[in-house]
Amino acid sequence: MRYLAPTTLEDAVHMLAEDPGDCRVLAGGTDLLVRLRSGHAEPDSILDIKRINALREITGEEGGWRIGAAVSGAEMREHEGLCADWPGVVEAASLIGSTQIQGRCTIAGNLCNASPAADSVPAMVAAGAVARIAGPNGTRDVAVEDVPQGPGKTCLEKDEFVASIFLPARPEKSGDAYLRFIPRTEMDIAVVGCAVSLTLSDDGTCTAARVSLGAVAPTVILVPEAAAALEGTKVDDGALEALANACTKAANPIADKRGTVEFRTHVAGVLARRAANIALTRAGG
Amino acid sequence: MSKIHVTTKINGDPVEYLCEPDETLLDVLRDKLGMTGSKEGCGTGDCGACSVTVNGRLVCSCLVLGAEAEGTEIGTIEGMAQGEALHPLQQKFIEHAALQCGICTPGILVAAKSLLENNPDPTEEETRYWLAGNLCRCTGYDKIIRAVLDAAADMREAS
Amino acid sequence: MALDSKTSNEAIQFKVVGTRPLRPDGIDKVTGRARFGADISAPGMLTGLVLRSPHAHAKIKSIDVSAAEAMEGVHAVVTRRDFPSLEPGSGTGDVLDNCMAGEKVLYDGHAVAAVAASSTHIARKALRAIKVEYERLDHVTDVDEAIKPGAPVLHPGRANESVPEGSSPNIMARYEFGHGDIEAGLAQADRVLERSYKTEATHQGYIEPHACLAQMGPDGQADLWCCTQGHYMVRNTCAEILGLAQGQLRVTASEIGGGFGGKTTVFLEPVALMLAKKSARPVKMVMSRSEVLRATGPTASSSVDVRIGMTKEGIITGAFAELRYQGGAYPGSPVDMGSMSAFAPYDLEHVKTVGWDIVTNRPKQAAYRAPGAPMAAFAVESAIDELAKGFGLDPLEVRLKNAAREGTRASYGPTYPAIGLEATLRKAKDHPHWSAPLGPNQGRGVACGFWFNFGGDTCVSLNVTPDGTVTVSEGNPDIGGSRASMSMMAAEELGIPYEKVRTIVADTGSLGQNEVTDGSRVTFAVGLATIKAARAAKAEMCKRAAMVWGIDAEAVEWKDGAAHPAGPNAGTHPPMTLAEIAAIASNTGGPIAGHCEANPEGAGVSFATHMVDTEVDPETGAVKILRYTVFQDAGKAVHPAYVEGQFQGGATQGIGWALNEEYIYGEDGILQNAGFLDYRIPVASDLPMIDTVILEIPNPGHPYGVRGVGETSIVPPLAAIANAVSEAAGVRMTDLPMSPPKVLKSIQNS
Repeated sequence: MRYLAPTTLEDAVHMLAEDPGDCRVLAGGTDLLVRLRSGHAEPDSILDIKRINALREITGEEGGWRIGAAVSGAEMREHEGLCADWPGVVEAASLIGSTQIQGRCTIAGNLCNASPAADSVPAMVAAGAVARIAGPNGTRDVAVEDVPQGPGKTCLEKDEFVASIFLPARPEKSGDAYLRFIPRTEMDIAVVGCAVSLTLSDDGTCTAARVSLGAVAPTVILVPEAAAALEGTKVDDGALEALANACTKAANPIADKRGTVEFRTHVAGVLARRAANIALTRAGG
Repeated sequence: MSKIHVTTKINGDPVEYLCEPDETLLDVLRDKLGMTGSKEGCGTGDCGACSVTVNGRLVCSCLVLGAEAEGTEIGTIEGMAQGEALHPLQQKFIEHAALQCGICTPGILVAAKSLLENNPDPTEEETRYWLAGNLCRCTGYDKIIRAVLDAAADMREAS
Repeated sequence: MALDSKTSNEAIQFKVVGTRPLRPDGIDKVTGRARFGADISAPGMLTGLVLRSPHAHAKIKSIDVSAAEAMEGVHAVVTRRDFPSLEPGSGTGDVLDNCMAGEKVLYDGHAVAAVAASSTHIARKALRAIKVEYERLDHVTDVDEAIKPGAPVLHPGRANESVPEGSSPNIMARYEFGHGDIEAGLAQADRVLERSYKTEATHQGYIEPHACLAQMGPDGQADLWCCTQGHYMVRNTCAEILGLAQGQLRVTASEIGGGFGGKTTVFLEPVALMLAKKSARPVKMVMSRSEVLRATGPTASSSVDVRIGMTKEGIITGAFAELRYQGGAYPGSPVDMGSMSAFAPYDLEHVKTVGWDIVTNRPKQAAYRAPGAPMAAFAVESAIDELAKGFGLDPLEVRLKNAAREGTRASYGPTYPAIGLEATLRKAKDHPHWSAPLGPNQGRGVACGFWFNFGGDTCVSLNVTPDGTVTVSEGNPDIGGSRASMSMMAAEELGIPYEKVRTIVADTGSLGQNEVTDGSRVTFAVGLATIKAARAAKAEMCKRAAMVWGIDAEAVEWKDGAAHPAGPNAGTHPPMTLAEIAAIASNTGGPIAGHCEANPEGAGVSFATHMVDTEVDPETGAVKILRYTVFQDAGKAVHPAYVEGQFQGGATQGIGWALNEEYIYGEDGILQNAGFLDYRIPVASDLPMIDTVILEIPNPGHPYGVRGVGETSIVPPLAAIANAVSEAAGVRMTDLPMSPPKVLKSIQNS
């Protein structure tokens, strides 16, 4: 096995394209190293992108934020501007694993791992985040919700990798939130996750919303019916009830060691209502 | 497999080693450098017994490749005491009986030190969440939390 | 923290016992210097790894190791064929079969072969090169399914004579305890409650995986280093399995990173020795976490039916429990101890328990803190709670009305001497926790628990050095501060400062036989032997002083760390301190020591009452532990901080068992959660502080009144939490763990 550590994006693209065998991109490594250890992954090469300075930065862009693929959860939480604009995304990223994991894990890696239960992904989807994908044919931008294609599967072509995540400019009077359910208070994989991002008009009417669910389908899903339940309302009890029902209806989970179908379906609605309330408060509603 | 030459600093000392590309920092510390204070409880980042700092950032050394340590500064439990002088956290852990078997203790101390560097005056809840990735099966965490909060108070007073 | 001191302890003015000195291994353990199982290495050592069954139940048709043996860097491959045959069905035969499968694999993770290679990489490759041909068999993992007609059978014909004809062939043994006429007793009740309860298997969850380092010479001399709760047990078991003389195998215990009963048997050690023998090289083996969960002993899962009759005044008129425990793939579930302990806290005229030991396709169970008792207490204490609340009675008052006391004939046979159950209940009733207000969706639960204590083979050697310091050698691994406790008891007895005594854990070549660190026995039994060894050394030192003074040894007494002349004819001599006597020992007869080899009687049982507040989220079924208080009788707390630590640790393990820990098997019989990610032990943020109240009702069988305290603390939590959650959720919870999906479903169905 080879360990490759390019220092520029161009070199990384080149090395990945040139590598004859199975080459895996290493960002935080909190998923990849577990796979290596268990024998579930036996790549010929590992390409570490952490020495590429451009991928280690959070930079302002068009009023939003571009987060490099090698930025850790801890670094996101320490970024005041990002926390102010997208508290739900930062909270979701902060829920990935322990303090130790936070020192390493990245939202790009969380996305590429393509687990339906990934914590940061519903929050990114609700935020309308866009992944910038680098490859031998240049870069392309893909909406985050279109990246995962199934458990462990993404839309990335061979020799492509996610270089950064873009969070768009935050409209006035808007807020986002992410909640997940886990059996303990920490250290668990989400049994259900739900993110809500919404924008209010001056009179407190919801003018735009995005709602996303995790761990209730083969991928994280965007639930337009749930957003529709909020849009045009004052996010009152009736709207929240409709939101919860839409989420419960959209949930199509499996039963496994972490939760039953009935539980996940029910809790999807509960979390949606609670997350919407937080987002509403953050939007100044 | 071709080995990788790594130059790094561990607890302030310059260190060089050769490692396999897929060898973890924990394996390097324990098997190559004889620093067995960092423990392997799970190998999957779920127990925190292998906690170290890399460039001041708390991580699980079982989830870091040895090759990644090139040019970094690593901090381990072996570097926590200054000569004979124990770190206040180490002293408080002994005084509060905050360890029973002691296998999780090095990782918890490294994590707690990192907490107090980030937040010299943590609440009980902040301490519990910061240490949630450090499993202890003996103590029920009660005396550990008390020891950390007591050490924090002493360190604030001393500074 | 309250500390009640009572009765005969007051006769002894303790100077050291009851204080909180720093532990002798503290600095090693906070600096990373302490050497645990995996921290030991030897020149030229090889890495040993185990190949494990991917099937829950299968015949091994063939194993081809030739490709692995031929690999460069592979020095030995072993299978069951390499081991001498032991009598099938004997205790050690089962241990060997569990360490290395014979004709069948009996559970997912069962060892089938092992390799020793020059690197971990090569060892892993070698494992993949071993070809095992299996013939898959039907499997069963649930305790109730295992005894249904037509269930897959693990060991045809192995049931012992206690099992009635016509029983399921997966029942290995039947136990019965009790006295009186159960039906007559139940007939006197105003209400008879019948309920069934289930608990899932939980693992001890020690953070240190099993590890050992073995070497063996062609002369048959062997050395083994390992993390274990009993290196003498390791020696004896490995010697029997490998056909070695016990005296030729020296076992040294490393520091131990938790055990809780799970390190009272062997898994890797005989295999490592066999690999070392075949390769003629030292071999180190360390389990991964997934191996620990798949292949080492969790405790039993259980299914318990209870019938309890109570009058409307709260008097229990009759109590019956039928307990079914599966202990994995071999006989020996702790259902016997569950059956003995189920009703031990109560003074009952009519009581009966029946226990069934059942085998399933799961790893062989190992002891887990008060083995068998928590599941039994969960059932009994839940039923008593339900009855008490049904009559509108105070659950603590009901327990007080029925509490076992001195003179009570225990449900399992003996008559109790002085015991502390009543004291814990009264203390609980008076505690502010009991009267604190509760909010919405909150509930408070209480439960009692009992555990035995025992002596066991014990050796202690106490030596006085020429400069007057003292060393104590004992044969039990220090699992939570016992070296400190031994030093304290030696210092107390000798009248010298704690700092003058250093206690070490000696290897198997240095002392006689020692029982493993189990049954909460060490502070009691090793403590007793330490006191006796100190007394022997004191007698010798009095003799030496008498020799110097030219008087009879009987005319010398030991006081405050020195020999004093005593009695009318002793004359006036200035006292001789321990250091002064030690300094001239060479001239008065040679080195001074005391030792004790014993199997002590007089162990005293320990009772506890736990109180817990929980909050249930009615929309998700999530349970939060808000407040927890442990009340337990310690007899005499030698080192109160470590006694509190045992109370807190046991309570926390019980919290995990009650709420989120469980072995989850798929339809295929494969363990689904073999890692700390999904085997969910409590983390720091799950818990409040665990308050403790130590009561001290002296054990008449120990010179200082000491009772073993380590295990009782895991007995009450399952029921206490179930009682609290049932109150908070408004529905009775009878299945553990009370995981959120289960709690939510119960709420929705109620």
